[in-house]
Amino acid sequence: MGLFQLLIRRCLQLVPILIGISIVVFALVRLTPGDPARLLVGPRVAEEVLVEIRQRYGLDQPLPIQYARYVGQLIIGDLGHSFRYKIPVSQLIFNHLPPTLFLVCYAIVLTLIPTLILATVAARRQGQWPDHVIRVIGVAGMTMPVFWLGIMMSRLFGVSLGWFPVSGYGEGFVDHLHHLFLPAVSTAIWVTPILVRNLRSALLEEMDSDYVLAARSKGLPEGYIFRRHILGNSLLPTLHLLGVLVAYLLGGTVIVETVYAVPGLGQLMINSVLARDYFVIQGLTLYFALATVLVTFAVDVATAAIDPRVKL
Amino acid sequence: MEQVTGQGQASFARAPGLLLLGGAIVLAYILLAILAGSVSGYDPDIIDLNQLLQPPSALHWFGTDHLGRDVFSRVIHGARIDLYIGFAGVIAPLLIGTLVGLVSGFFGGPLDALMMRLVDLTVAFPFFVLVLAIVAALGPGVESYFIALACVGWVTYARIIRAEVLVIRSRDYIAAARTLGLHPLYILIRHVLPNAISPVAVYVMTDIALIIVFGASLGFLGMGSQPPTAEWGVMIADGQTYISSAWWICFFPGVAIVLLGLGFSFLGDGLASLLRAGR
Repeated sequence: MGLFQLLIRRCLQLVPILIGISIVVFALVRLTPGDPARLLVGPRVAEEVLVEIRQRYGLDQPLPIQYARYVGQLIIGDLGHSFRYKIPVSQLIFNHLPPTLFLVCYAIVLTLIPTLILATVAARRQGQWPDHVIRVIGVAGMTMPVFWLGIMMSRLFGVSLGWFPVSGYGEGFVDHLHHLFLPAVSTAIWVTPILVRNLRSALLEEMDSDYVLAARSKGLPEGYIFRRHILGNSLLPTLHLLGVLVAYLLGGTVIVETVYAVPGLGQLMINSVLARDYFVIQGLTLYFALATVLVTFAVDVATAAIDPRVKL
Repeated sequence: MEQVTGQGQASFARAPGLLLLGGAIVLAYILLAILAGSVSGYDPDIIDLNQLLQPPSALHWFGTDHLGRDVFSRVIHGARIDLYIGFAGVIAPLLIGTLVGLVSGFFGGPLDALMMRLVDLTVAFPFFVLVLAIVAALGPGVESYFIALACVGWVTYARIIRAEVLVIRSRDYIAAARTLGLHPLYILIRHVLPNAISPVAVYVMTDIALIIVFGASLGFLGMGSQPPTAEWGVMIADGQTYISSAWWICFFPGVAIVLLGLGFSFLGDGLASLLRAGR
């Protein structure tokens, strides 16, 4: 089967997921205790206004019809209005997107080199002290609450040493790099251990394989076998995991952005939750889910394109 | 709860060490939580305006916060709340996930297909975002968090159990039990469940740690436990304002979370290598 056919089949698999996501997101706001009409216009409104709002937005219709209406609006890109910012939710998301994207990419870049080094050391020294040390540090990194780490790092590097700004996003590329360094490091500390664990076990698995034995019996040096044969074969599963993790990173930025006051999607999410700005919460949840599904999709397709053994 | 882990290659010899270390840490926390009243020395909620923002000293081991409350006592009492969040929060995901995984893997068919689509759908959302959205819809509080966990957290358990059941289903002893004419439900509970449950026992440890960390995160964001509860996340949020002058308010609750997380992780890792060695 050609790659093109695989693509089409994988696309068709997306359809039920997308429908499911839209139902969940629709239900999130409808299941909220209280009158949805009040959510639209805020708490202090006369009864007549509420009746009119219900009619205008079809809130007096049965739920399936309301759902159909919601999906119709989604298709034309209408996510509703924020009653706090008084602008369309889609525009709000668009405005807050750049810092979050920047942060996620930055965190990934900071993750890659430590992951490669730590996993390689752990695998080549399997069962010896470097392996144990890396393992314990990894567990600590994974269980450390991101918000606490963020506060502690901004206190140390921001307030005491004054090396980095502790909040905001800055102007221009270099300034962004400077402002987002601590948030990106906080995120990387949490992601790196997961990737290290994965790459380490992939490396160990490859080290045991027959072709490595063959290479050894030819008398090739260990370092050469490792770089030339083992590493390449172990990277693909880790790349795949990295793709899955991008979704987690998007979710993880919710906390990091709040701690460092980065004006991104995560901070928007928290502020909207605190202000009960339901249509923004709904729109963002939808956005995060779509991003997750599309990233996973892209990673699957890329893996299949690189490695002919992978079937979608 | 979704968790991505590779396979550790720990040897049998190291397993009891990790297991003991992790078990000792967790047990110490449980004891502290039970004995909090007599260990802590101060009432965690008592406000002393003569003792505002005192640094750590012999009198106040972890210092005092912006209301003069003793941070050490609050951290100790926090163990009660955070351990409760961890243990109570894991119950619903564990039960629902195990049930779904067992039934779906053993009987297969359209129910299995439907359940697996539901799993796919749930993992399409970033975990924390979906939990946050559900808590936002239900209103802040620990109860909302538990409901959100029940809605989202069962997925990983269902996947783990189902994968085990699919293997066990085709074993000879199951075929033998069927030939004997035993009731499918009896086979499921008596023969399949005990053999499928061990990887779940390992995952529960990691999951409790994650539930505590996310619960503290919610507390920090103002969506979980509410002030003045001595919950570690709430305490860190309280201290954030005073971070440049009084670091100890934030520092110690965070250390408490990390140490407890390490304890549960070691317990899980040790258990995993013990089970691997036993197979």
